[in-house]
Amino acid sequence: MATNYSKIIKDGIWDNNAALVALLGLCPLLAVTNTAINGLGLGLATLAVLIGSNITISLIRNIVRQEVRLPIFVLVIASFVTAVELTMNAYFYDLYKILGIFIPLIVTNCAIIGRAEAFASKNNPFDSLVDALAMGIGFALVLVVLGGARELIGSGTLFSQAHLMFGEGARGLTMSFGPDFKGVLLAILPPGAFIGLGIMLAVKNWVDQRSKNQKIQAATRKFAESSS
Amino acid sequence: MTKKIIAAAVLLSLFAIVGTGLVAFTYEMTKDQIAENERLALLNSLQALVPAETVNNDMPNDTIIVDDKKTFGTHVTTIYRGRKDGDPVAAVFTSIAPDGYSGKIKLLVAVRVDGTLGGVRVIAHKETPGLGDKIEIEKDDWIFDFDNKSLGNPTIDKWAVKKDGGIFDEFTGATITPRAIVNSVKRTLIYASEHKEAIYDLDKETVAEKKEGNS
Repeated sequence: MATNYSKIIKDGIWDNNAALVALLGLCPLLAVTNTAINGLGLGLATLAVLIGSNITISLIRNIVRQEVRLPIFVLVIASFVTAVELTMNAYFYDLYKILGIFIPLIVTNCAIIGRAEAFASKNNPFDSLVDALAMGIGFALVLVVLGGARELIGSGTLFSQAHLMFGEGARGLTMSFGPDFKGVLLAILPPGAFIGLGIMLAVKNWVDQRSKNQKIQAATRKFAESSS
Repeated sequence: MTKKIIAAAVLLSLFAIVGTGLVAFTYEMTKDQIAENERLALLNSLQALVPAETVNNDMPNDTIIVDDKKTFGTHVTTIYRGRKDGDPVAAVFTSIAPDGYSGKIKLLVAVRVDGTLGGVRVIAHKETPGLGDKIEIEKDDWIFDFDNKSLGNPTIDKWAVKKDGGIFDEFTGATITPRAIVNSVKRTLIYASEHKEAIYDLDKETVAEKKEGNS
């Protein structure tokens, strides 16, 4: 059976987005997205875990017995999370200190075990890799957009502390919008996360609704033309 | 049936072994780098308070641990001692201000041997963003007000925020946070002046021994 890669990718990034449609992994999502870089850091860490776990679970899908599959999935995911945590501690020390508890908590991100159960355990390793990339990037995008928006509104900067992730050369990436703009505190506080996510959900549903309506209209017009 | 259970158990334990193996391998690969990161981070924060050129001992490892909950807010307080050619220069205390607005505020307080402050830094806190977090050097330079102050400058009754009749600024909308820090620094200064000999254990032999043990 030929795999429909564009569908997998579209599902992961838009149609079945882990954060915006499945509403999974909201705890870290809401907690760390007070800057774009924090969001990106957690997003990439989640992506790395997702790739590792999806490929591994796909490779072992035929030898894992039904009754023990969940503990094995958890075991695989937990091992990868710990490995990612140690690696970040070693090579992105400052970012690791900021993200803190939310790195080990990736284990509890239902999006990951969800993909293991729903996709990787039924598909070949390459398809699972594509799925992991799409889902992981989709999740990371939401984190970065939400983080960027909250940072922009809350502190009037964008990509502050970029050097924590990309080295000293990236200091220039940081954008500031004048010292006069003190920011709207609410955006950085937890309610800002909920409001921001709510707005993103609304925008996504609005866009989907609109394109659906357009399709219906186009179809009706076609039908009207052909019947006249 | 039993066979099935055993097969599942064997499979599960195999994965446990492989998973643990992966973690152990990553740990082995990264542990030196992690230890180095932690050492550098500590060294950096110590050198921000006690300039590197004023000391020549191995400060991160020249420590004592004291137990004085009333002063430091915890039973385990590490004191880093800075020395030049064996003579005491400054001590850095890991004090905790227990009465912040949202819990404990962890501090590094550097007290020079003459009783003046080398500086104060906040290492960890949970104060309100935008209000109480002006104690961070990234947000505000309030914390530099402590530099070079001592128990005689200002006099002890002025060691408080302005609202309490002292000389230290409080923030608009956040008095509790600065108050907690000022009081913690004051208690640390008093401790430092009362326990000077004990802090630097002014006994050169122990110092020499310590150095050897660490090399």
